[in-house]
Amino acid sequence: MATADTPSVADRVRLIAAGAPVVGVHFLGSTAVFVLGEEALLFAAGEGEPQRVAVHGGGILAAASDGRHIVTGGDDGKVAATKSDMTTLTIAADPRHRWIDHVAVAPDGMVAWSAGKDTFVQARMGEPRQLQAPSTVGGLAFAPKGLRLAIAHYHGVTLWFPNAVKAAPERLEWKGSHLGVIFSPDGRYLVTAMQEPALHGWRLNDGKHMRMSGYFTKVRSMAWTADGKGLATSGAPQLIVWPFHGKDGPMGKEPQMLAPAEHQVCVVACHPQKEVAAVGYEDGLVLLVRMTDGAEVLARRPGGTPVSALAWNAKGTALAFGTEDGEAGVINLP
Amino acid sequence: MTDKSTTDKIPVTVLTGYLGAGKTTLLNRILSEPHGQKYAVIVNEFGEIGIDNELIVGADEEIFEMNNGCVCCTVRGDLIRIIQGLMRRKGKFDAIIVETTGLADPAPVAQTFFVDQEIGRKAKLDAVVTVADAKWLKDRLRDAPEAKNQIAFADVILINKTDLVGDADLREIEARVRAINPYARLHHTQRCAVPLAEVLHRNAFDLDRILDVEPQFLEMGDEHDHQHHDHADGHHHGHDHGGLKHYHDEDVQSLSLKTDRALDPDKFFPWIQNLVAQEGKNILRSKGILAFKDDPKRFAFQGVHMMLDGDHQREWQDSEKRESRIIFIGRELPESMIRKGFEECLA
Repeated sequence: MATADTPSVADRVRLIAAGAPVVGVHFLGSTAVFVLGEEALLFAAGEGEPQRVAVHGGGILAAASDGRHIVTGGDDGKVAATKSDMTTLTIAADPRHRWIDHVAVAPDGMVAWSAGKDTFVQARMGEPRQLQAPSTVGGLAFAPKGLRLAIAHYHGVTLWFPNAVKAAPERLEWKGSHLGVIFSPDGRYLVTAMQEPALHGWRLNDGKHMRMSGYFTKVRSMAWTADGKGLATSGAPQLIVWPFHGKDGPMGKEPQMLAPAEHQVCVVACHPQKEVAAVGYEDGLVLLVRMTDGAEVLARRPGGTPVSALAWNAKGTALAFGTEDGEAGVINLP
Repeated sequence: MTDKSTTDKIPVTVLTGYLGAGKTTLLNRILSEPHGQKYAVIVNEFGEIGIDNELIVGADEEIFEMNNGCVCCTVRGDLIRIIQGLMRRKGKFDAIIVETTGLADPAPVAQTFFVDQEIGRKAKLDAVVTVADAKWLKDRLRDAPEAKNQIAFADVILINKTDLVGDADLREIEARVRAINPYARLHHTQRCAVPLAEVLHRNAFDLDRILDVEPQFLEMGDEHDHQHHDHADGHHHGHDHGGLKHYHDEDVQSLSLKTDRALDPDKFFPWIQNLVAQEGKNILRSKGILAFKDDPKRFAFQGVHMMLDGDHQREWQDSEKRESRIIFIGRELPESMIRKGFEECLA
């Protein structure tokens, strides 16, 4: 547990007054871009005043990034892509002004979004392709190669090749409501976070099920470790890391449980190169946790509202955080 | 962590009522009266609301079973999604109103607030308000189980369109409603004219306020309660309900248990947990205020089907009678078994 003796980088923070709840953060190059709960993105480059870029006429419900764009979905029914030069392009506008609940972006920049049961993928040419799920979409994720889209919903996940018009979507079934969804970096596994405090996984080559349970709360944040062999998650008053080394994934193995604290972990973000995770807690605490030995470094002292966003830059030299009541900052690491 | 007291949570009012009873009339009234409050409204039938409101959201009424082996443990998946989305705009509204379809069971809506911790952290169920049609309710109670559920579940019931029935009919309707749910606040209305304070911000699910909301709760005997009549429509109905017929609904009943002897918590909790696990499908709502042995504090709980939520509250006051009281509203409740079980919980 973090104590007064825990080494700290908290003083290296550059505080940013977001002025609104932060719901996500992504780096575009060296610029931390905070996704606000309503209307705008906040670009925090260098030491200057952060700049607000209005992208939606209402709440921002979803955001994803490929490192070059930030794709957002709003309750104004629009899907927008914003680049590092702060220009925004509206990719789509739902004709019925339905909420855009989820967005995903593939490594090649292909964008997917969902409104209710309908998932859309922007094709290079022409109209977006559309697929209706059996129930409201709970989450979207592109496979690492970006050709395949996983659509989480009630009772399972639909795998769809949006560009292969003739290929029928494949269904992975498991009872219950599936929300967040993530592919492993090697593309071998698919994991969903469920309405219950549990994860469900499938080994994609044979559909073998993996159940990962024991959480305190619904898992809202999942991230793969730098080597792609561990899945770090929120959902307990410590960092949970499921091992995916062997051929059976985490089956029959205990997860690592690191950085125990008084409050629940709500966000995790893994360092892009090192076996280190940034861990955000409900009491506002942010720790850097080395997963090889559990060593902790304090990144933000507890206080205020839950941490709602964490992201590393691509080099792993800066960590951005945001909280539910709009406290935000960027920590430059030695 | 800052302790999020219940006052910080957005109150959610659930508006139910059989088709044509007047839900939309009530909703329009809530949205158009000059109360200075802003409501986010979750509706199923778009377009019926004649008021411009930025925050009207269409719902899909998606009912999800939870993976816990209990078929009655259902939640509204769409509500979780919509309330999470609305919370992005916190500050833009003061409360949320969820209008259900006429055929909806209120349980999944209520259970959503028990099951989903994130929703529970940010929003709280305020009350289930049911609008009933004075002219047709008797028929619906006969042929529509949904209508009966909506009455059984309610914290506040508006017997609406009272101008379409005579006094005798009205008394009979009221008696039938009371046979199902003697604990709800009851109002007679025309065109849903009721002071909004009677339907909004009721805190009916707030454990700390079970007694504030229902001051008669502890004093009430098994006989029906006629003290809450609101004559918002301006007519005088008289308070002479001496001739009120006592109905026994063949299907949904309420059961009230009371003791002035202290309870043993080590016996009570296993008993109530086992009871709702066994009978939860039939128990629509439960509430209780308990006096445990050697415990200076009151314990309050409430439940929806199998889900229970309870906590210690303030200390018993010297002027108060240390009395435990539980009510159940449900279908075919095994009364003697429940009474016997409760008696065995005495310390």
